[in-house]
Amino acid sequence: MKQGKLFYYIPYGLWIALFVIAPVVLIVYQSFFNIAGHFTLSNYATYFHSGVYLKMTFNSVWYAFLITAITLLISYPTAYLLNQLKHKQLWLLLIILPTWINLLLKTYAFIGLLSRSGSVDSFLTFIGIGPKQLLFTDASFLFVATYIEIPFMILPIYNAIAELSPSYVNASRDLGASGWQTFSRVIFPLTLDGVKSGVQSVFIPSLSLFMITRLIGGNRVITLGTAIEQHFLVTQNWGMGSTIGVILIVAMVITMLLTGERKKKGRTRHAK
Amino acid sequence: MKRLVSLVVVILAVSLGLGLTAHHLQRVEGVVGSGNNVLNLYNWGDYIDPALITKFEHETGYHVSYQTFDSNESMYTKIKQGGTSYDLTVPSEYMVQRMKADHLLRPLDKNRLTGMNNISSQFKNLAFDPHNEYSVPYFWGTLGIVYNDKFVKKGELTTWDDLWKPQFKDNIMLVDSSRDVLGLALMSQGHSANTHDQAQLDEAEQKLTKLTPNVKAVLDDEIMMYMEQNESAVAVTYSGNAAEMISNNSHLHYVIPKPSTNLWIDNLVIPKTAKHLKAAYAFINFMNRPENAKQNAEYVGYSTPNAPAEQLLPADVRQDKEFYPSASVIKDTQVYQDLGVKETGTYNDLFLQFKMFRK
Repeated sequence: MKQGKLFYYIPYGLWIALFVIAPVVLIVYQSFFNIAGHFTLSNYATYFHSGVYLKMTFNSVWYAFLITAITLLISYPTAYLLNQLKHKQLWLLLIILPTWINLLLKTYAFIGLLSRSGSVDSFLTFIGIGPKQLLFTDASFLFVATYIEIPFMILPIYNAIAELSPSYVNASRDLGASGWQTFSRVIFPLTLDGVKSGVQSVFIPSLSLFMITRLIGGNRVITLGTAIEQHFLVTQNWGMGSTIGVILIVAMVITMLLTGERKKKGRTRHAK
Repeated sequence: MKRLVSLVVVILAVSLGLGLTAHHLQRVEGVVGSGNNVLNLYNWGDYIDPALITKFEHETGYHVSYQTFDSNESMYTKIKQGGTSYDLTVPSEYMVQRMKADHLLRPLDKNRLTGMNNISSQFKNLAFDPHNEYSVPYFWGTLGIVYNDKFVKKGELTTWDDLWKPQFKDNIMLVDSSRDVLGLALMSQGHSANTHDQAQLDEAEQKLTKLTPNVKAVLDDEIMMYMEQNESAVAVTYSGNAAEMISNNSHLHYVIPKPSTNLWIDNLVIPKTAKHLKAAYAFINFMNRPENAKQNAEYVGYSTPNAPAEQLLPADVRQDKEFYPSASVIKDTQVYQDLGVKETGTYNDLFLQFKMFRK
């Protein structure tokens, strides 16, 4: 019986070993070799001693934070309102719909909208503001990145709110809590798990964005993703590229730990 | 559950159908490239007139399988890993040098080559490949400046230093390449674009940070689209890209900046792993024929190194001093040399630093 159970674990074990553990091990291994193929810690030394890489890391984290914060600000009220609507599933479908379209296509669509000859600029000229440089600015980069990430934030929050039993809200109202108190003491804490997984699924990919930084940011926004691409494709310095990869993995683990489930301390269950 | 199962069945059936069709098409087109009548050509995207491929196939009976790459480095990595055997590929000059040093190329058998006399002596026997032991020039061009006459007057841009003029604030697009951007700063200071001198490189980097306020974006081939749409007044790009932009927007003009610029040459080479040598030589000889080189130059828009072919081109193309500059201008140009891995890293780190520098 026990043998039989073990048998079912084999595919999962193989999958995890081949596609999760092996690549990570390879990246870590690769990061200890310099460009001449000698074992060394110099890649890490370069990383921590060069202002360029540290600044780039700061940039990546800062932009990822901004993208996550803006997405969250937009998504939470949206998810909440969605739950109040009559045809929830239809509205949800409309929000998920853009994720069916290829990322590159969406980015190119934004280039068409935001460029000098694009419709946004024509509109601004029409209402008298005059043409503005929209592409290749921080604002347009944040705007497009947020647009692309929004569905991934709305979905988990939507599910969390949908699971929230209305009786909690009613109870809170009956006991005299104001609207704000109900939200901040009851609704928000109970849907925090949705927010956490939303933050994870937006913050982590945002850390290593690189295509949008070039197409919309015009390479004026440089993140760690850009550096990795360059080290693998141009300088052929796979060691340094892997080192930055390791740093990114560490950053992601930290994010997971910070937003993950924590053991609830100081709360003992009164068993009767 | 029933619906789920039928969905899975439909997906499997569709994939199977697509897979079989693709396999069939590949066999018909010879993409798999296992037969003897095949030429596996690994070239830049849209870098040959498709009509010439058809003509070659009709003439020789070889079937051409055309595959593309978008950077010298990605081509190098693929050839080095050796998964696929290509019979011909088209590296730029510094990459010829690196591939030669890494023993990835097969020396050319001069007895099997014809039409080498057609290649202008300006492009033969250069430092990257003495006596053209390994390479046959395919196209050449320069690095230069494209401007839009709606925003810039003729004569306002003649030297690299003109890019630093405050009037171009936030209006210049640069090509996303460390060699070219650092190179233009080095050349504007009268240095070699192949320098290994750290002091000169630091000086160039210092100068580049002052260019930052004028830089709108650092891009690859997207520059063409933006310039055609009048998004930016000025761009630093290659002559071939410039030719394509100009044919789509007559407001654009190309300038070879002073004091000197980069001259690059893309070359046909035979990798070590090539399996169809006969076909490879037949193709090189076919492309060396003036009428074919001329047809290709008209289609691609880059400058041909084939002297009789140049004479066949229409007078207005041939006499365009920006695309077929005089011998004295060519004399002042610099050809990139392979910097070696360490120095390539230095150039790229400085370039990254430049891109990171905020206004």
